[in-house]
Amino acid sequence: MIGPAIQALASHWRLHKIQLGTLLIGIALATALWSAVQAINAEARASYARASAQLAAGQNDELHMPGGFIPVDLYVTLRRAGWQVAAVLEGPYRTEDRTLRVMGVDVLAYPALPAFSEARDGATQPDLAELLTAPGRLFVRPELSAFLAGRPDLPPVIESDAVPPDLILTDIGVAEKMLGKPGQISRLVVLPVQPMGLPSLDALAPELERVAPSEAMDTAQLTDSFHLNLMAFGLLSFAVGLFIVHGTVGLAMAQRRGMFRTLRALGLPLNLLVRLVLLELTLIALLGGAMGLVLGYFLAGALLPDVAATLRGLYGAPVEGQLVLRPAWIASGLAMAAGGTLLASSQTLWHLSRMPLLAAPGLQAWRGRPGSARLTALCGFGLIAAGAATPLLGEGLFAGFAMLSGILVGAALLLPASLAFLLARFERRASGPVAQWVWADMRAQLPGLSLALMALLLALATNIGVGTMVASFRLTFIGWLDQRLTSELYVTARDDQQGAEIADWLRPRSESVLPIRRTELWHETGPLFLYGIIDDRTYRQNWPLIDAAPDVWVRVAAGNAVLVNEQLARRGSLWTGDRLTIAPDWTLEIAGVYSDYGNPTGQALVSMQQFDTHFPEAPNRRFGIRVVPEKATELAQALREQFDMPPQAVIHQAAIKAQSLAVFEKTFVVTSALNILTLGVSGFAILTSLLTLWTQRLPQIAPVWALGLTRTRLARLELLRSVLLAALTAIFALPLGLILAWVLLSIINVEAFGWRLPMHLFPLDWLRLLGLTLLAAAAAAALPAMRLRRLPPSDLLRVFANER
Amino acid sequence: MLLTVDHVRKTYPGGRPVLQDVSLALDHGQTLALTGESGSGKSTLLNLVGALDTFESGEITVDGQALSSLNDPGRAALRRDRVAMVFQQFNLIPSLTVAQNLSFHARLGERLDKGWLSDLTRRLGLADLLDRYPEYLSGGQQQRVAIGRAMAARPKLLLADEPTGNLDETASAAVLDLMLDLVRDTGAALLLVTHSLDIANRLDRRAHLASGRIT
Amino acid sequence: MNVRLLAFLLFLPCAALAQGFAGLGTDAEGFKVPQRGYQFQFPADHGAHPTFRIEWWYVTANLMGDDGAEYGIQWTLFRSALKPLDSDGWQSPQLWMGHAAVTTSDSHRFAERIARGGIGQAGVTANPFAAWIDEWRMDGPDMDSLTLSARGADFGYDLKLNAQGPLVFHGDGGYSVKSADGQASYYYSQPAYAVTGTLQLPDGDVQVTGKAWMDREWSSQPLSEDQTGWDWFSLRFDSGDRLMAFRLRGARGDYTSATWIEPDGKARAIDDGALVAEPLETARTAGRNIPVRWRLGLPDEDLDIEISALNPNAWMGTSFSYWEGPVRVTGSHSGIGYLEMTGYE
Repeated sequence: MIGPAIQALASHWRLHKIQLGTLLIGIALATALWSAVQAINAEARASYARASAQLAAGQNDELHMPGGFIPVDLYVTLRRAGWQVAAVLEGPYRTEDRTLRVMGVDVLAYPALPAFSEARDGATQPDLAELLTAPGRLFVRPELSAFLAGRPDLPPVIESDAVPPDLILTDIGVAEKMLGKPGQISRLVVLPVQPMGLPSLDALAPELERVAPSEAMDTAQLTDSFHLNLMAFGLLSFAVGLFIVHGTVGLAMAQRRGMFRTLRALGLPLNLLVRLVLLELTLIALLGGAMGLVLGYFLAGALLPDVAATLRGLYGAPVEGQLVLRPAWIASGLAMAAGGTLLASSQTLWHLSRMPLLAAPGLQAWRGRPGSARLTALCGFGLIAAGAATPLLGEGLFAGFAMLSGILVGAALLLPASLAFLLARFERRASGPVAQWVWADMRAQLPGLSLALMALLLALATNIGVGTMVASFRLTFIGWLDQRLTSELYVTARDDQQGAEIADWLRPRSESVLPIRRTELWHETGPLFLYGIIDDRTYRQNWPLIDAAPDVWVRVAAGNAVLVNEQLARRGSLWTGDRLTIAPDWTLEIAGVYSDYGNPTGQALVSMQQFDTHFPEAPNRRFGIRVVPEKATELAQALREQFDMPPQAVIHQAAIKAQSLAVFEKTFVVTSALNILTLGVSGFAILTSLLTLWTQRLPQIAPVWALGLTRTRLARLELLRSVLLAALTAIFALPLGLILAWVLLSIINVEAFGWRLPMHLFPLDWLRLLGLTLLAAAAAAALPAMRLRRLPPSDLLRVFANER
Repeated sequence: MLLTVDHVRKTYPGGRPVLQDVSLALDHGQTLALTGESGSGKSTLLNLVGALDTFESGEITVDGQALSSLNDPGRAALRRDRVAMVFQQFNLIPSLTVAQNLSFHARLGERLDKGWLSDLTRRLGLADLLDRYPEYLSGGQQQRVAIGRAMAARPKLLLADEPTGNLDETASAAVLDLMLDLVRDTGAALLLVTHSLDIANRLDRRAHLASGRIT
Repeated sequence: MNVRLLAFLLFLPCAALAQGFAGLGTDAEGFKVPQRGYQFQFPADHGAHPTFRIEWWYVTANLMGDDGAEYGIQWTLFRSALKPLDSDGWQSPQLWMGHAAVTTSDSHRFAERIARGGIGQAGVTANPFAAWIDEWRMDGPDMDSLTLSARGADFGYDLKLNAQGPLVFHGDGGYSVKSADGQASYYYSQPAYAVTGTLQLPDGDVQVTGKAWMDREWSSQPLSEDQTGWDWFSLRFDSGDRLMAFRLRGARGDYTSATWIEPDGKARAIDDGALVAEPLETARTAGRNIPVRWRLGLPDEDLDIEISALNPNAWMGTSFSYWEGPVRVTGSHSGIGYLEMTGYE
């Protein structure tokens, strides 16, 4: 019995190859986007975990010195009191075109590091004497090894795969020389085994702050928002893909109703039939899922380098650009495909299991039950209200995303009712019979198209929202770059002495020379970079302050106030008028807050005089030079010649801006790629919905045709209808997208990056998107419309035929 | 003559000719019943006359308009302006209300006479149903709407394909009476396809179709 | 850090490096080597000798608690130089390692510390005497009067040591030969400390009294190529006599050496071949078979004794692992002492 039944069921797909293709593509698209995002996230997380393991990080408590470094003497004091701690010195290491991170650990005390014990194949085990004594050894990944090789100022390099990217791992004795921080320790790792009778840290070193591993800002936490973002995109795409599946499965079932009836009439039990259909769908889902995984793998592979660049650029997160195929990923992708397909088919399957044997083969009631429409709309309202209320219940990234999803899904659920209302209004106002019919017919089509339209709404709103955010960010960022990068030239000297010589040489030849000095400190909110600035009109005129006391620059110059960046202000709730403890014995009032994008860490500015008093050992090698712009190139050339400097040591403002913008653009490559893909998928969803509705369309169209409308005109009207529905949806999507943008800019961004961006509106972008949407809708409707135009009259006449 | 069918031949792709050589004529105000076995080509002939389908040879002239010379828009215009049809399945436009359905055809041809429409509505007993949608009507009610839609356009020629085929006896008689009354009152000609001799006998003339020919 | 690698580098330097060049006073890497006839300078020689490769300050004590139980303690500071020089900062080549233990008949607790000398985390000064690594300390105005302390996760001790006799120089006036090839070290002891103090144990403090023995040794060439380990005894007899004896096990035969110390501190060196050391019984500890009962004989001294471990499981599971624990002596002489055994794999 089963054999022939399977044969009969399968015969449908032989006859409807396009339908099968659509179904497979729908499943594949849903799976592809979802699993691509999953793969990217998994790869990034694996990179973090690997980096953590490679650096033995995140296991133990740490000791930090708020507002500064820990002197070696204090380390020895702690040790000689019994405290088992391991010293770590970290910092950025600048070469001409790259900034690398140096991590120096006390090799003898630090927990076991794979890099030191697992040398690369063929290489000899690193020798302890070479490691511990001058010049020491550097451990880096092979790709970095080529970059660093042959630099006379650096110790020999040992290649190891057990080092995170862009990191130089070495002994602390080497690190303090490379970083120019003799006698300094960034943090102490509290080792797991401590002797009995240990004196309390408060008595020993009250100035130190003990930080549990969960409190320390690690990469995974920093980048959570980014991954959540990608995940939301993936989920959205998955949902949109499921709309396609829903439509196609519905069509296949509708077309096979006669067959089902016959099979049952011939004695196939209903539950067996349902199980066979379930099996069939599962097989198709697995096939589509497998296609999707292949697609997703390549998609992820194509996107990963940009994601890695973004994560490194934005957070300094060590992500490798290489994709690894994970069995868990394959399994979860297939499970999502199968689960999603069955979910999308559940309604159809339910109907099938409920179908009476002698059900009339008639078409679905075109308007659906009014009760269920009302319920859907009510659910929509409820979700929007719940979403809007989320901020009252809690803060944080998840609350932000919960709010977003509530509003988005709620609005989507409201869409059919809203469209029906609008169409009814239009219908009432329509004068001609054809116009009247077109509106009425659109309303009649709504239930069948509503899922696709919801998908379109979500895709459009996301597009507008994310687009607005990115464009606002971009505009703000460019403006901010103009404010921040005011000097015409930026110079990096070889050392402090050359720095002083250059400054002296430049002073008579330029309008002003602005030293750029900084040091890395520790604040309770995380790392804090302290900069010293001189009193110059450049800062007064240009610095991007978002909150300031009246006489801010006078007070900073006088040395009794500090400026902080927005990140620090938000993280530490430190605003104008509050006091910032920079070092244990140094507290200043905050005179203003400035915006600071593209940088995850806290920053503060003090007068150069004060800076020099507290941190005389901080390097003084970098300068901004104000000069008449026309003379900048000439001066740069003269400077290079005078001091025999390499080209990279003197950089034009324009070059830095271009570089910064390039980094920025790269950051959002993934976002816009996903944006376009989602829109494409939702366009495809409209197509499949229209194809699904096709069989139900004929009885609607045939009478009108019989009454005297040509097929060409009817086809044009079909096209128009699809475009109109898409246009109406787009109009609904605009305010929704703007709400989304606002939430992203004012809530999500603040949580994720620590800055709030002003929102800018880009009506031209909306118009472009609207055009794109209409085009997509027209393209989706083109195939059914073409079919209608070419339809032989006999097919239309069949509607009137007596025997049906 | 309002309608002449002259040696018309019609073959569906890949099949025997449905109509071999059919000729008939119908004058203004006349009613003609077309009978025949199932599959004899009655509906096909009606569809040809209604310009819903095309034929290979011969000629059909409706109100002086030769159908073979018409292209698609021409045929659509003919359907819109000169003929009206009533089908067994009623074929109302499901998305429009009764009132909208009733006026639809007349408005398409810009021939709406509001006085006539309300007269018609009253006579068809549809006054209380105007805001309903077709799916909520009984078969008899739907067919009355279909007749109303056809007659509202004041066609010169009404084509009906088994108009009572889906109705029970009572409804069937009522619908037929109404239709014949309206045809008589408006002076329209009627070409009606039926397999029922009782119905056929109530019309002026009768033509029988068998093996693709009028016998 | 790979601790095995560290252990290897610190304490079992490649034999080739330790070979030869003795006559020149330095080896191939520039480390000094011990010379026969060296005149010790005190207190300077109690301090560190950074130009020698390895060095240690080694204290063991047999103690009796106020609870009537026997205890053994160990306090050791090793110095190992990667290069024959001393400097400040992290990159100083002077590395230090501390081992401490408390042994009872049924427990053995130990701890280890590793540090660099250049930053002051560990070191030894001669005058006043101080040896330390982290919070472990051995210090005092001079070598005759010391305080000794160490802590681990589950033990700790604070002891006072008072010398009851003179320093004892092993071998030829402190030049102690370790193999037939001539490898040697500088080696002297203070075998007669009286001890009082407190042990901190998980069950509470214990007041203890007893005797301690300190070894001082430094060299750049500790073992010959074929030598795989040693058995070292420091024994205190009820008669007031004391014995230091060791056997270096080698493929080409054992090399033995001993010093007989009379009650007044007069020492007599006993050359290679005189000592009879015979394992009588092994115990399985830390996955190895370790001899925990010995027969020791010195026919010339009429010595024929049996030595048994207070606790057979006195395994030091440190970076460089070995057996070290208190022993009891019976036979022709009775007494107590300490036993150290290395190289049992």
